[in-house]
Amino acid sequence: MELAGRELRSVYTEKLIEMAELDDRIVVLEADLGKASGTMPFKDKYPDRFIDVGVAEANMIGVASGMAVMGKIPFAHSFTPFATRRAFDQIAISVAYARLNVKIGGTDPGVTAELNGGTHMSFEDAGIVRNLPGMIVVEPADSIQLLSLLPQIVEVDSPVYMRLDRKNTKLFFEPDTEFMLGKIHQIRDGGDVTIICSGIMIQSSIEAADILQREGIHARVLNMHTLKPIDREQIVKAARETGAIVTAENHSIINGWGSAVAEVISEEYPVPLRRIGVKDHFGEVGMTDFLLKKYKMTADDIAQTARDAIALKSTGAGGR
Amino acid sequence: MNDLNNDEILELQRKAKRVRSLVIEMIGRLGVGHIGGALSIVEALTVLYFREMRVRPEEPLWPERDHFVLSKGHGGPGLYAVLAERGFFPLDLLWTLNQPETLLPSHCDRLRTPGIDMTAGSLGQGFSAAVGIALAKKISRNPSRVFAIIGDGESQEGQIWEAAMLASHRRLDNLIAMQDYNRMQIDGNTCDINGLEPLEDKWQAFGWNVASVDGHNVAEIADAIEKAKKHHNGPSMIVLNTVKGKGAYFAEGKLSSHNMKVTEEEWKNAIVELQKEGV
Repeated sequence: MELAGRELRSVYTEKLIEMAELDDRIVVLEADLGKASGTMPFKDKYPDRFIDVGVAEANMIGVASGMAVMGKIPFAHSFTPFATRRAFDQIAISVAYARLNVKIGGTDPGVTAELNGGTHMSFEDAGIVRNLPGMIVVEPADSIQLLSLLPQIVEVDSPVYMRLDRKNTKLFFEPDTEFMLGKIHQIRDGGDVTIICSGIMIQSSIEAADILQREGIHARVLNMHTLKPIDREQIVKAARETGAIVTAENHSIINGWGSAVAEVISEEYPVPLRRIGVKDHFGEVGMTDFLLKKYKMTADDIAQTARDAIALKSTGAGGR
Repeated sequence: MNDLNNDEILELQRKAKRVRSLVIEMIGRLGVGHIGGALSIVEALTVLYFREMRVRPEEPLWPERDHFVLSKGHGGPGLYAVLAERGFFPLDLLWTLNQPETLLPSHCDRLRTPGIDMTAGSLGQGFSAAVGIALAKKISRNPSRVFAIIGDGESQEGQIWEAAMLASHRRLDNLIAMQDYNRMQIDGNTCDINGLEPLEDKWQAFGWNVASVDGHNVAEIADAIEKAKKHHNGPSMIVLNTVKGKGAYFAEGKLSSHNMKVTEEEWKNAIVELQKEGV
C-alpha cells in the first residue's frame, strides 16, 4: 500500500475495506462525522454495512453493542470527546460491562483538534476509557503502525478504543515495521534515561533524544502505543537499566500515559519520573505547534525534563 | 398465526398466573426487590415466550432465534420467572436471586443468565441495542425478529428517542417493541414528574406503527403482536397499559412498589390470594 503523503484516515479506511472483503462481520458506524473520519469509501463499497446514525453518539454506541450481540464487529467513530465522554456510560455498560466486541475510534486526539478548540479537544478520552475493565486502549501513531495494529484489533475479541490522528501524513516508522498490541516498541536504545511516548509525541521525543545525544546523554525512546493493557515488563526494564523516566503524551498527565507508567514504576521499581503532557487544564483554539509550545510539550521541554530527571538520580529524590 | 381460541387464552392466563406467583415468591424469599415493574410485564413476557418468540431453551444461543431485550433491566425477576418456566434453567435457580455469585442479578446480564440476550439496567441503553440487533439481522438477511420492552419512566431518557428515530428511518420491521405504561416511576406518577402524553402520538410522530392494549390481557397482546408482524414499513410499538405491582395486593398500584421490602406474611398471603382468583 502506498503511504507517502497520505492521511492516516485514508489508509485506515482502505485497510478496513480490505479486511471487510474477507470478513463480513466488519461494519462501520458514524455519527455524522463519516466525512471527517474518512470512512465514506467504506460506505461506497459496502452501503449495507455502513450505518450513519446521525448526531447521536450514545445511540451509536448502543446500536454497535447490539450489532456485536449478533456477532458483527462494529467500528464506531467520532471525535475523541464525543466518542468517549459523550457516550461514556454506554461504553461502560453496553460495551465493556456486557463484554461486547465493539471497536471505537476517536479522531483528532488532544491538541490535534486544533481550530475546533476546547469543546472538541479532549485530554481525558484515553484516561476515562482506561478505567473500564477489559478495554484495550491504543494509539496508532502513523499509517505504518496502524497497518500493523489494525488486523490485531480486528482479531482480538475485546472492546478496543483507538485514538486516531486522522489528518496525520507523517511517517515515524520504517515501512513494514511490525508492532504488537500491548507491547512497547523500542525506537532507540540508551542507558541514561528513558522517554516513553505515544502518538504525535513520538517525533518530539526522538528530537529530544537527538538534543540529549549531542550532550553525551543517551536516551532510550520507547513508543507505548498501547495504553492498556500496559507493558509492565518493558517499563520496569527501562527503569532498572536507565534509572530515570520521562513520559510524553498528547493527553492529560492525569490518568493517561504518564499516570499509567508512574503506577507501574512506583509499585515495581521506583526511579525518578517526570511527565510531559497537558497539565490539568482545558484546550483552546490553536494549531498543533502553537499549542504544544504553549503547553510546554516540545522537544526542548522533553529534553530539559529528561535532564531534570537524570539530576534527581544522584539526589535519590523520587526514586532509589 | 390465527386469533387465539379460548383454550389458548386460558393456557396463557394460567402460565401468566404461574409466572406471577414465581415472581412474588422469588422477591418475597429475598425480602426486597423491584417487584412493581416485574409484575406489570408478566402477561407481555408470557405471550412472548409461550406463543410468539422462536427460541430453543435447550440452545439459548441458537443463531436463528428471535432475540429479546428487556431494556428496563430492573424487570429482570419477571423475565427470570418466564425463562425458568419456559425451561431455560431449573426453577430452583429462581431462589438464588441476588444471592452472592448468583446467575440472576437484579438487572439483566447477558454474561450470567441463560436466555438473556442483552445486558441492561442503565436506562435507555437496551433499546439502542435492540435497534442494533435488528440492523444486524437485516444486514445478515436473518429473518428472525427482535422484541424489546422499555419502561415509561425509562422513556424520559433521550437515548430512547435517538433509537426510535433510527429504527423508523431504517424501517426496521423486524423490531417489535412494547412500552410498559404503568404510569409510575420512583419519585411519583409519571404525569407529575415529566409526563409522557400524548404517548401514542409521540411514537406515531417518530414513524412507528403503534397499538395500545390492556397490558394484562393476553389475547389483546397476542393480537397486537400478530398485527405488528404484518406491518412491513417500519418498527412497531405496542403500548401496554399496565398496573405497577399487578397481582400482589401489597404492591399493586402503589408508588412504593418500584423497589420494596416484602415480608414473609405478605408474599405468602399474596400467593394464596392469587390462587383464589379464577382463570
